[in-house]
Amino acid sequence: MQTPRFLVALTLAGGLSAWHTQPQPVIGLITKTETNPFFVKMREGATEAAGAKGAKLMTATGRFDGDNASQVTAIENMVAAGAKAILITPSDTKGIVPAIRKARAAGVLVIALDSPADPEDATDALFATDNFKAGLLIGQYAKAAMAGKPAKIATLDLNPGVTVGRLRHDGFLKGYGIKEGDPSIVCSADTQGDQAKGQTAMENCLQRAPDTNVVYTVNEPAAAGAYRAIRAAGREKQVLVVSVDGGCAGIRNIKAGQIAATSQQYPLRMASLGVEAAVEYARSGRKVSGTTDTGVTLITDKPMKGVDSKDTAFGLDACWGR
Amino acid sequence: MTGGPTTVPPVLQARNLVKRYGHVTALDGADLDLLPGEILAVIGDNGAGKSTLVKALSGALVPDEGEIRLDGAPVKFHGPRDARRHGIETVYQDLAVAPAMTVAENLFLGRERRRPGVLGSVFRLLDKPRMMAEAASHLESLQIGIRSMKQPVESLSGGQRQGVAVARSAAFARHVVIMDEPTAALGVKESGMVLDLIRRVRDKGLPVLLVSHNMPHVFDVADRIHIARLGKRVAVVKPGEISMADAVAIMTGAVRVEKDS
Amino acid sequence: MRAGAGSLARRSAVGEARDHAAILAASGPFLALLLASAFFASQSDRFLSGPNLSLILQQVVVVGVIAIGQTLVVLTAGIDLSCGMVMALGSIVMSKAAVDHGLDASSAIACGILVTIAFGFLNGALITFVRLPPFIVTLGTLNIAFAITQIYSRSQTVSGLPDGMVVLGDTFTVGGTAVTYGTVLMLMLYGVVWVALRETATGRHLYALGNNAEATRLMGISTVRLILAVYTLAGLTYGIAALLAVARTGVGDPQAGQTDNLDSITAVVLGGTSLFGGRGVILGSLVGALIVGVFRNGLTLMGVASVYQILITGILVILAVATDQLSRRKALRS
Repeated sequence: MQTPRFLVALTLAGGLSAWHTQPQPVIGLITKTETNPFFVKMREGATEAAGAKGAKLMTATGRFDGDNASQVTAIENMVAAGAKAILITPSDTKGIVPAIRKARAAGVLVIALDSPADPEDATDALFATDNFKAGLLIGQYAKAAMAGKPAKIATLDLNPGVTVGRLRHDGFLKGYGIKEGDPSIVCSADTQGDQAKGQTAMENCLQRAPDTNVVYTVNEPAAAGAYRAIRAAGREKQVLVVSVDGGCAGIRNIKAGQIAATSQQYPLRMASLGVEAAVEYARSGRKVSGTTDTGVTLITDKPMKGVDSKDTAFGLDACWGR
Repeated sequence: MTGGPTTVPPVLQARNLVKRYGHVTALDGADLDLLPGEILAVIGDNGAGKSTLVKALSGALVPDEGEIRLDGAPVKFHGPRDARRHGIETVYQDLAVAPAMTVAENLFLGRERRRPGVLGSVFRLLDKPRMMAEAASHLESLQIGIRSMKQPVESLSGGQRQGVAVARSAAFARHVVIMDEPTAALGVKESGMVLDLIRRVRDKGLPVLLVSHNMPHVFDVADRIHIARLGKRVAVVKPGEISMADAVAIMTGAVRVEKDS
Repeated sequence: MRAGAGSLARRSAVGEARDHAAILAASGPFLALLLASAFFASQSDRFLSGPNLSLILQQVVVVGVIAIGQTLVVLTAGIDLSCGMVMALGSIVMSKAAVDHGLDASSAIACGILVTIAFGFLNGALITFVRLPPFIVTLGTLNIAFAITQIYSRSQTVSGLPDGMVVLGDTFTVGGTAVTYGTVLMLMLYGVVWVALRETATGRHLYALGNNAEATRLMGISTVRLILAVYTLAGLTYGIAALLAVARTGVGDPQAGQTDNLDSITAVVLGGTSLFGGRGVILGSLVGALIVGVFRNGLTLMGVASVYQILITGILVILAVATDQLSRRKALRS
């Protein structure tokens, strides 16, 4: 029985030495889509961070929000290409789990960014923004800003079945202190996060309920479209618009008075923390675990009592995009 | 049995046409004479080269060797449009009509009439009433019974559709009308009507070159019958002078014909 | 073929019934639009108001104009999947030309439209000269246009456009209702194309090409030139749609147009044009786009969730194709 043990020892030694003499750590980043500036910024941040650490970064993306198949393929390809750690923003939080489990079984560290997988412990770690909290903050803000006036709320959502949209929507309702189906919600429409579709949705909602005075929007492009419809109806002074994202364009819209408040998220922070953890694992095998909240900040130029916020100067400093 | 040297100059004449496709020789020195005011049927077994011959005469292909003369003058066709410009119209086997479009539209397809003046030249607007009237008169002169020029061709019977295709060729032909298997898709009654129609085209003064494998129809309507075999013309006979069985025998090579020079 | 007087009379009655069936088939989409409108009017008293109807028109303007190009292409038995992405590229090019490169509005707009025309010509060239199927070609150019748009714009919307560029979003009042110039442009375009398709030889050749390409070729019509012209013209309509999109949203949005290819095909199909080519009325596509807009607006007015709009659109498409096929078969049999 000498030979097998000898072989095992040799393999281990070879493996370990290969590990230590690895020339360049290889890590991967898989985002949801190529179009959303949020993920574009994340990718740019990750590329920069990886370059600074001397790591090789492979990137891939889905074709649309909810495109699970592309992300599964990307995981498989990256593992086959020798990635030691993969950062991923899951499009389908449940559907991606089997592929993640396979990768982890092959010794690859998998970190979820921006939204958790479902179940959350399917990944080694999570660096995320709390989308529910993002909605909660603007819901609380809107409630405070309305100061007890009867509200007629319109929700401009993302798409049926997308987790991020649902979390933000539910957070907003919780923050406002109402439940789904509350009579103060006068209209709900889907926008796919698209500006033109947001405009159409708001136009139609305003036809249904011309006295709408609070509008929750799932992201800032939808908010921009909604504002255009509101202004065309001559009601920009009477309607409060809140949103999520904290992109530089969105913060500028707050300064211009189009959006009252937005929950700012930090894709760059997610990216750099993620890359740091990934490279660390690739170099030393030390795993990171647990959830790290990369933070969400309410940005507004009209602060309300009882709701913490920062102003647009802070927002512009910390914003992503252009 | 073969026709001797003709005294009337032929409208369309082919001499020594050769066409090869790789190792296959489809036309091997083929000749043809189409006389004015006649219906000439071209018959032959599969591989006799009759469809290749007709394609060469209608401009659908260019022969490798040989000469074609129209009204005595040599011509070279580089495409179907060329042949048409020389006044040779073809009725294709599948009719070449757009089924969803009307009778009038199909009749004038590619040759639409435009409105007079600026509307026609600058805005290129069509003169639909004129086309409808002309179409109606063309069909009427050939005694084709189609009620409305506005009907889509697909709502017509097979014989009526054939009538439209024939009327189109007859309307624009100046020298020759070529017809490829005109009765192949038709029943007995409609075939009879189409054969009547072909006679009327000839009576209008347009010689008809007819390709068909239907012997009874050929013997019914043709003035002369051109028998092709192995890429050549082997005989030209008159239906009254020969039996159908003998014609088939010449076609298949069971009977050899001595060619007079 | 010579009929007796009696059978001629009988055939004329039959022919009239056939004409009626054809008219019904052609007006099917319009009837559907009227029925839907009547239904929504009964559900909400705001539906039939001037401002609401004007809104619906504004909401369908971009897809409506794209559908003009799509209809022309579909009439020749082709399809253009790249329309939405080419439109987005056009809007980015024209807005960046104005904002980043300081061109005046007209020149910037011209740049954008030239780019969409170029893509249209590329589609046509690949289809005619390289002999590739339209589905495949436009699938490829869809992705190319998309990528160029993202790279050129770095996925950022372009704002701060000069007034001249968004003038089509301005309104004038008709009987108390505000109507945008963009709406008028769309209606005019439909009118011009409608006349051209019915009353010019090239228009009829388009139908003939889609109905029987071989016959068209045999009749001496250059199918190569026709197809090139159709796809290039379609590219022009996408450029105009880009301008209309910019005027409506006030920005150059690289994310725009992603569903416009399917939306325009939906409008074309709902309008009664056959995807097999050779049959259809251009005005039908306007009706098709309006049907979708009416349902979207009407259902929101009723408070019905958005997902049902998608469900209903799917059902409508199947109904539209089925009724068109059935009525055509009935017309042929009678």
